[in-house]
Amino acid sequence: MTDQTDNTDKTENITIPEKTLFAALGAMFLASSLRSRSTLGTLVLGAAGAGMGYLALKGKQPLAPALKIEQTDTPGEVLIRDAVTINKPVEGLYAIWRNLPNLPHLMSHLQSVEVLDEKRSKWTAKAPLGQAVSWEAELTADEPGRRIAWQSLPGSTIENSGEVKFQPAPGQRGTQITVNMTYKPPLGATGAVLARLFGEEPAQQLRDDLMRFKREQELGFAPTTNGQTSGRPDAGQKTKTGEESPKAEQDQRKAGNA
Amino acid sequence: MKAIVWQGVNKVGVETVPDPTLLLPTDAIVKITSTAICGSDLHLLDGFIPSMEKGDILGHEFMGEVVEVGKAVKKLKVGDRVVVPFNISCGVCDYCVRGMYSACDNSNPNHRMAEALYGATSGGALFGYSHMYGGYAGGQAQYVRVPFADVGPHKIETGLKDEQVLFLTDIFPTGWQAAENCNIQPGRDVVAVFGAGPVGQFAIRSAYMLGAAHVIAIDRVSERLKMAQEAGAQTINYEQEDVLQALREATGGRGPDHVIDAVGMEAHGHGPGAALDKLQQTLKLSFDRITALRWAIQSCAKGGTVSLPGVYGGLVDKLPMGAAFAKGLTFKMGQTHTHKHIYPLLSRIEAGEIDPSFVITHRATLDQAPDLYKTFRDKHDGCIKVVLNPWA
Repeated sequence: MTDQTDNTDKTENITIPEKTLFAALGAMFLASSLRSRSTLGTLVLGAAGAGMGYLALKGKQPLAPALKIEQTDTPGEVLIRDAVTINKPVEGLYAIWRNLPNLPHLMSHLQSVEVLDEKRSKWTAKAPLGQAVSWEAELTADEPGRRIAWQSLPGSTIENSGEVKFQPAPGQRGTQITVNMTYKPPLGATGAVLARLFGEEPAQQLRDDLMRFKREQELGFAPTTNGQTSGRPDAGQKTKTGEESPKAEQDQRKAGNA
Repeated sequence: MKAIVWQGVNKVGVETVPDPTLLLPTDAIVKITSTAICGSDLHLLDGFIPSMEKGDILGHEFMGEVVEVGKAVKKLKVGDRVVVPFNISCGVCDYCVRGMYSACDNSNPNHRMAEALYGATSGGALFGYSHMYGGYAGGQAQYVRVPFADVGPHKIETGLKDEQVLFLTDIFPTGWQAAENCNIQPGRDVVAVFGAGPVGQFAIRSAYMLGAAHVIAIDRVSERLKMAQEAGAQTINYEQEDVLQALREATGGRGPDHVIDAVGMEAHGHGPGAALDKLQQTLKLSFDRITALRWAIQSCAKGGTVSLPGVYGGLVDKLPMGAAFAKGLTFKMGQTHTHKHIYPLLSRIEAGEIDPSFVITHRATLDQAPDLYKTFRDKHDGCIKVVLNPWA
């Protein structure tokens, strides 16, 4: 942990590997700039090189904030948070989250959660480029009907922690669920930016996960237009790409039983 | 089946597409007996609502006969004659439970698209109205898939003709809600309605039904103004008179107590403000032209309501916020909560208080629809409202 009292603009928000990466990229751009045959090329590559060098020296990474990747005070740590209100009582919703092996059903980036003992569990998540990562975590808090929190154990591939809070929404509108998660992607905030470029958007995933959960709870199925008619060549066919398809079928079965 | 398909900006056509099928057990398939072209379809034609895709089936005002129901559908059965609200609502989220059906949390599978565009949580889905609004196929077709079939469709069990009940699906409740949002004090309040198109016509009549002492309609198309006069409204042709001055004179200098902007994002108008709006919209620097909204704010009496049934799509600038603040105006707006208005308005039709078919000027087939989109947009041939028979 760094000193969190000095949280001014001077604070560096990137990790040593990120700095090294920026410095290397900066040097590479500068070298190509000198080799470039066009004046414009020299100028553009030179500017890119100088920019990277500046970032390395300054220890700041501007892309992450621009892409709304939120960072904590710990360099390289990314924060994801969101909230949803579900028109159902607290107790049932808490019970669903407390059943850890159920979590991959709620959070689309998880592949499995295996309970090892009362506190510890083994988590496997999808990583960019079809990879998977595993780590062990332990429950750090369990307040029935109010809050569940967990933290990866030391030595995990991806250090992370999270908490889900439950509270009754005012005016009998059901339950407010708030999720906060932090993780340290390889290469820090830059890694989070790269992950985003590969189509992994944890903040958006969390939002989608919460909305899907809400719809499952309130409706019992997910609304869909997958397979509807149109004036396009694929009209009436279910798309097999994406994860909606098997899910939608599963939802249909559920709604059928409802 | 035949359907009206969006083929690109300013291009709609009739195409043969596969018949719709049940996708979820809560769906129904409706054979459409009557469907209409709505003023807000023109925003799609003109390309001012983002996220349309080539091949999308248009149309959100339709009614017909139920020909198939999913296993989970309880209230509808094959053979029922129904009107279907233009908005799609789940019926169980907090908003639906409170009667705010158009704000439904759950019906839009593309909520992320709307949120990305608006930077805010979105409303529910609509039939045939862009992917941002759910991407559901519309009802300018011979058949349509109706999701949440136990929530939206309303059975018509009396002998009323299609033309008398069709507009319960959108423009009648929309005009009604616009007037209701004004909180009219019966026998006292004066209401001005900008835009005497179909929604404006229903807003005029709804304002009188809710007790307005006087209604003033503003447009430039003589047929529309004539139809407004038939409902008892005073009319102002904004091309012949200075609107703000005419409204002041008509209200003893106070201004109308409430103003309804039944025009929306593609307002015409004249003067430098209108010219600048048009230029910005053409250059895609802004989505909305707001002449009508500007006039509504400027003309409204102190403490009055500016009610907006007209559709706005993007960001608005040059809004006379100072005037709105100085006069203490209330703004009410949004898509119509159609579901909650259908039964009360149907009762009024059954009681003979209103026959909504007065607004129809053109009856046609699906094949004639692409031409009629343009006739309606250009207000040629006295066109105020087009009803299509998909089987003619």
